[in-house]
Amino acid sequence: MSVNNNAKIGWFRSGTPWVWMSAGAVSISLVMVFGLLILIAARGLGYFWPSDVIAMDYIERDGTEIRVMGEQRETAFVPLERLLEAGFKLEGHQGDVARHLLKIGNRDLYGIDFRSVIEPGITSRTIPDRVIVIERHEWGNFYGFLDEVKEAGKVVAVRDATHAALTPRLERTQRLHDEIKHIEKIEIGAINYQLERLRLKQRKLELNNEFDAQHEQAIAAERAEEEKRYQVLQKKLMDLYEQMNRDSLSVVSIEGRQVEVNLAKVVRVFYPNEMGNGDKLQHYFMKVWEFLSDEPREANTEGGIFPAIFGTVLMVILMAILVTPFGVVAAIYLREYAKQGLVTRVIRIAVNNLAGVPSVVYGVFGLGFFVYFLGGNIDALFFPEAGPAPTFGTPGILWSSLTLAILTLPVVIVATEEGLSRIPLAIREGSLALGATKAETLWRIVIPMASPALMTGLILAVARAAGEVAPLMLVGVVKLAPSMPLDGNFPFLHLDRKFMHLGFHIYDVGFQSPNVEAARPLVYATALLLVLVIIILNLAAIYIRNRLRAKYQSI
Amino acid sequence: MNENKAKTHAIDMSALGRSNAGLSLENEAVAISVDGLKLFYGDKQALNGVDMKIPKHRVTAFIGPSGCGKSTLLRCFNRMNDLIDSCRVEGGVTIDGENIYGKAVDVVDLRRRVGMVFQKPNPFPKSIYENVAYGLRLQGIKDRRVLDEVIERSLKGAALWDEVKDRLSDSGMGLSGGQQQRLVIARAIAVEPHVLLLDEPASALDPISTLKLEELIYELKEKYTIVIVTHNMQQAARVSDYTAFMFMGDQIEFSDTDTLFTNPREKRTEDYITGRYG
Repeated sequence: MSVNNNAKIGWFRSGTPWVWMSAGAVSISLVMVFGLLILIAARGLGYFWPSDVIAMDYIERDGTEIRVMGEQRETAFVPLERLLEAGFKLEGHQGDVARHLLKIGNRDLYGIDFRSVIEPGITSRTIPDRVIVIERHEWGNFYGFLDEVKEAGKVVAVRDATHAALTPRLERTQRLHDEIKHIEKIEIGAINYQLERLRLKQRKLELNNEFDAQHEQAIAAERAEEEKRYQVLQKKLMDLYEQMNRDSLSVVSIEGRQVEVNLAKVVRVFYPNEMGNGDKLQHYFMKVWEFLSDEPREANTEGGIFPAIFGTVLMVILMAILVTPFGVVAAIYLREYAKQGLVTRVIRIAVNNLAGVPSVVYGVFGLGFFVYFLGGNIDALFFPEAGPAPTFGTPGILWSSLTLAILTLPVVIVATEEGLSRIPLAIREGSLALGATKAETLWRIVIPMASPALMTGLILAVARAAGEVAPLMLVGVVKLAPSMPLDGNFPFLHLDRKFMHLGFHIYDVGFQSPNVEAARPLVYATALLLVLVIIILNLAAIYIRNRLRAKYQSI
Repeated sequence: MNENKAKTHAIDMSALGRSNAGLSLENEAVAISVDGLKLFYGDKQALNGVDMKIPKHRVTAFIGPSGCGKSTLLRCFNRMNDLIDSCRVEGGVTIDGENIYGKAVDVVDLRRRVGMVFQKPNPFPKSIYENVAYGLRLQGIKDRRVLDEVIERSLKGAALWDEVKDRLSDSGMGLSGGQQQRLVIARAIAVEPHVLLLDEPASALDPISTLKLEELIYELKEKYTIVIVTHNMQQAARVSDYTAFMFMGDQIEFSDTDTLFTNPREKRTEDYITGRYG
């Protein structure tokens, strides 16, 4: 054997290649994770930046000359042949051709709010002054020029004076809009809730044959009270609507078409081409905040995703609250009380295998067992007055949390068992020798000492549950929930309600949206947010675990 | 070990500076009475019928080579062996006039009466205060004044008070090994047991801590019946009034410590204490 060969064998024996391979695998994983995060961050966060609005003279495929205006969103390079096949006349060109995606807005005029243009077709490119972008509650953004501001149909400002006239009017309208929203959502919502409760109360009394004249009078009186309040609010609403609809804008699109925009339909206006970087930054953060704190508009392609964030977090917290006692009790029984033998071994194998069952199977189980069986029986027993409309016999946040609790149960059981098995016998004996029973030893010594391991299980459970979508589609998640599962109406936490979820929101916006181009950046932004929510939930759990570890430092 | 091979005996009792002269098992009140105690781990027999009467308010040491059953015997006195599934006991142990292997015995109450300190210090991951209060809290004592008083008395009794009185709320895990062992003793005596079982309490401690512990044991016998298992024959000679020598699950010899170390009746005892095996 040559010296060289010996050196090679020695190198292998030293373990160096394994160290390098492990290091390589770790770095590849890290690069992939950070690459993914950077990709979705870059794609998602750019969406909120107010870029300049560009006006172009553009020659269409059929040779007609048009003017288009919009924000340039994306640029891709397309092979020449493909464009030629599509009918573009591109004599004298070679190689790939740049194709830009423009957000042109004005869906009420064009029907679509994105279009693509190819570089050779562009004959001129300018950044015009006084371009106004109007974010509307309907029809998406409007890109154009502001001509006149009108009050009750009469022109109050034209051309250069419009900006000064617009700002206070917009503020006024928005104030009214907020007031209307408050009345509609909260005050009238509360009245509707009360009326529904009265209806259910009466129905319950009728079912129990206890509905007599006295009750009838009382309920009728309460109902009349609510109706009266409703009438007052309704009148106030009409009034506010009338006030809000007072002002309107007359705007002109790039090709000169005039559009009348009611100020009540305007979310905000801005002049991107006149904004400095500071203004743009301010606008950017305002948009990010809107995304985080507002409700979605226009089939989830505009506005914010607060209900989805809230639904996800609430569902995960409920899941954690449900899974912890189940998992801990199961682990304590398996590790501390059950006779260690064939049966416990089989149970352990079964528990471990549960972790491998596809999540959608849990969804089906949740739908069949929780929603239809449990929920149906709960309705029959406790809410007969609401029938035939189901209360708990329909998908909702409680059933979603329970389904995910079952899904994550194996993780919690395994981690807790691991923790329990690591508590030294000496400590248990010390407690027993002082006259503690087994249960007292468990409660006072063993479980607190095993709690960091339990938290580890919970961290894994939270990470898994927050990212799970498939089972939720069967047991409680909806595209757009009319009301949140937590609100100001007694009993505040409505476990029977359906809810929105970030994971499902990504699926819905990305694949079910009628406006794919508008939705795509939102998919990235929502994905980034989902990852952030999971990270924050995990960090919170890790923080608690570290506190517990410091407290029970012996292991 | 004493190097003086000219003498038959490994330990020069007179050099220890204390005298147990005049002690005799016949004159002592009995705290624990062991009657024909046999113990099996599954098929393996660990104790082959032990009979002994452990005197009240004295220190009794169990010595013998590893695996001779001395710890097993000790753990019979508070039924710690119950924790081992395959363990089976025949015969009887009587403490306070009651057979502790009787059917009506409340094991929890027994363990409160018979305290135990283990080989390795095992304080709970709680504060020093809560460690000592543990046994009292189990009994449902919540009154802060009572707790404070008992904790001070117990820590003083365990000769630890002066070292920890200013940091009672610190973790018990933060103390040194010797302090931890004294904390565990304080924890045991806080519930006022009648008997204190010490299972090689000094084996994990340094010489100075060992010395302190031995002094403590000497003081504690005023109030408690103490049974100590030790590998260290000098320690047995230093702290105990009576010594039992065990070998292969049998009690070979049991007498006052002076006699056992200076004038053993049995050949095997002599072989062991002079270091011929073990």
